[in-house]
Amino acid sequence: MSTFLGLPTAPRGVGHLRGDDPFPVAARKALDDSQLRRNLAKATTTIRAKRARVVGELPDWEQLREAGRSIKTHALAHLDSYLEQLEREVTARGGKVHWARDAAEANRIVTSLVRATGSTEVVKVKSIATDEIGLNDALAEAGISAIETDLAELIVQLGHDRPSHILVPAIHRNRAEIRDIFLTEMDDVDPGLTDVPAALAEAARLHLRRKFLSAKVGISGANFAIAETGTLCVVESEGNGRMCLTLPDTLITVMGIEKVIPSWADLGVFLQLLPRSATGERMNPYTSMWTGVTQGDGPQQVHLVLLDNGRTAALADEVGRPALACIRCSACLNVCPVYERVGGHAYGSVYPGPIGAILSPMLTGVEDNASLPYASSLCGACYDVCPVKIDIPSILVHLRARHVEEARAASKVPTAEAVAMAAASWVMASPTRFAAAQRGGRLGKLIGRGGVIRRLPPPLSGWTQARDVPVPPAETFRQWWRREHGASE
Amino acid sequence: MRIALFVTCLADTLYPQAGKATVRLLERLGHEVVFPSAQTCCGQMHVNTGYQREALPLIRNFVETFSDYDVIVVPSGSCAASIRHQHSMVASRLGDAGLARRADELAGRTYELSELLVDVLRVEEVGAYFPHRVTYHPTCHSLRLLRVGDRPLTLLRNVAGIDLVPLTDAEGCCGFGGTFAVKNADVSTAILADKMRNVLATGAEYCTAGDSSCLMHIGGGLSRLKTGVRTVHLAEILASTRDDAS
Repeated sequence: MSTFLGLPTAPRGVGHLRGDDPFPVAARKALDDSQLRRNLAKATTTIRAKRARVVGELPDWEQLREAGRSIKTHALAHLDSYLEQLEREVTARGGKVHWARDAAEANRIVTSLVRATGSTEVVKVKSIATDEIGLNDALAEAGISAIETDLAELIVQLGHDRPSHILVPAIHRNRAEIRDIFLTEMDDVDPGLTDVPAALAEAARLHLRRKFLSAKVGISGANFAIAETGTLCVVESEGNGRMCLTLPDTLITVMGIEKVIPSWADLGVFLQLLPRSATGERMNPYTSMWTGVTQGDGPQQVHLVLLDNGRTAALADEVGRPALACIRCSACLNVCPVYERVGGHAYGSVYPGPIGAILSPMLTGVEDNASLPYASSLCGACYDVCPVKIDIPSILVHLRARHVEEARAASKVPTAEAVAMAAASWVMASPTRFAAAQRGGRLGKLIGRGGVIRRLPPPLSGWTQARDVPVPPAETFRQWWRREHGASE
Repeated sequence: MRIALFVTCLADTLYPQAGKATVRLLERLGHEVVFPSAQTCCGQMHVNTGYQREALPLIRNFVETFSDYDVIVVPSGSCAASIRHQHSMVASRLGDAGLARRADELAGRTYELSELLVDVLRVEEVGAYFPHRVTYHPTCHSLRLLRVGDRPLTLLRNVAGIDLVPLTDAEGCCGFGGTFAVKNADVSTAILADKMRNVLATGAEYCTAGDSSCLMHIGGGLSRLKTGVRTVHLAEILASTRDDAS
């Protein structure tokens, strides 16, 4: 089994890819939040149904998925040449390309670009890449305030909170909570604000309009970058992103290196896959594309920061590699039984849900997010809805093996679990030993009552906290078979 | 037809009634069932917890035990899925190409119970009688790894006397997930709570499925709450006849 220690992973101490607590601990807190549970169940059920409806309309959905998967596989296999092509094309059209090996370097690049403009305020398009690297914190340290303009990101920012969903960052908030946040945090808000959605949207609109008109610098991520022309693309619903992309004089885009696709024809595939998978819409309301600088129209200073931050290390893992094909639709979050109960914060990373459970450990190194590959029942619903057919369950299982192997290599003393697994393997590799163990297990009748066992010692106490176990029957199947049929085979 | 039974370690140890029912059902349909006694466990728990090296001897034991049989039946969707999708993968990742090839061949002859009945034995009406209200939980691995589709429901609809009631959000996971149920016991329990709520809403006396492991989870919760609703393996319903009822 290979390990992947040779390539740099996302560094510690910067950005938001690691949580404070292991998943089971963080999840416990979330499970106790009944408001959160209610919000999540309602939101995920609604989006699930919408997605299923619009996906069902397309007779060629499976071919589209296959096309998406194969384009991404090809682009990732030739990432080096497509990135260089992208750089050439962006540069040829008046843009400037910067390469950032990790979060710290990307933050330094963006901070110095903003400083060079003399501006102390930037408007931001919703971007997970900039959240991944903790850009807002880095800018704040340099005395630059970053204003989130996506409505949900604004709610999160004003609430001194963290996003909990890739696409719907404030999915854990309801409208009463949003009204309270606006009343407390928005300096120019009408004190008579109600929690009617239209009123909340209008309050945000008035607040943001002033920011758009005064901003000199816009910062964005990118959904796609087209290598053949150096075109960048952002897909959104509100039009606030379009404001940031067109009004300021300077536009800085931070993009993970895996976002590049070869051609415009490829973009056509993803613009069909993404909105249907993400919001359950046939097409998203705003699709912005820009190619370098256009004289006298839009930003006159255009920068592209290409971010690695562990992506090359992820690419080196041949089983886990398809995780980089993710187009951030979050369909996997909305169908995940785990995500639906705990929400995004429990994952401790900007990438929550099933995709986060594979992507975060691959970017940070498995040992820095060792509990995430286990944060799944392996039900497979994520794989079924993934628009680029990432086999998330198989990659989860693979990352669990990476964790076990890396832990084994790192420590001289095996964990209790490793000892138990080795013992179980030894027992079950032999029918004789297995039959003997079954007889031993029948001692369970000593602790059972009324046919069931209600309490087992740790670590199995996790099971009996809510579930009974049957007392082992007097006769195993194999004993019954031998009694009925003899030991013929 | 001569059919080799892989009963699974869980059914062998804790739920022998599922194995016995599989034997009774297939023999009633006129087939010969054999139980290769060298069998133990498919190794799914090891693979899914990250212990592929420890799974390898179990995979080897399975392949060696069943290589000589033409048709193998497994009364468990997830064990059948592990045999089909994991055995060869683990063997080849750990460098045993020969075992991987044999595992692949064997996987093609290994069937989950409802697949065997509908696809191989071509029977949808097994002559069963089960006069109870029943709801069916499709189990994730039967549904999404094996794609058994409505085979189990077709078999159940043809059972005489049964009152089969649909389960809301049937395709949702029950929260078991193997060692997930212990490593993430709280989340597992939260998912189970919703599954039990849906089961109870059907008013069924029995919740059935093609997997003893999911049933152990759902049944363990139903038992703890003293709901009176019981779990029963699909094979047990299909094996039941009027003689059992009288």
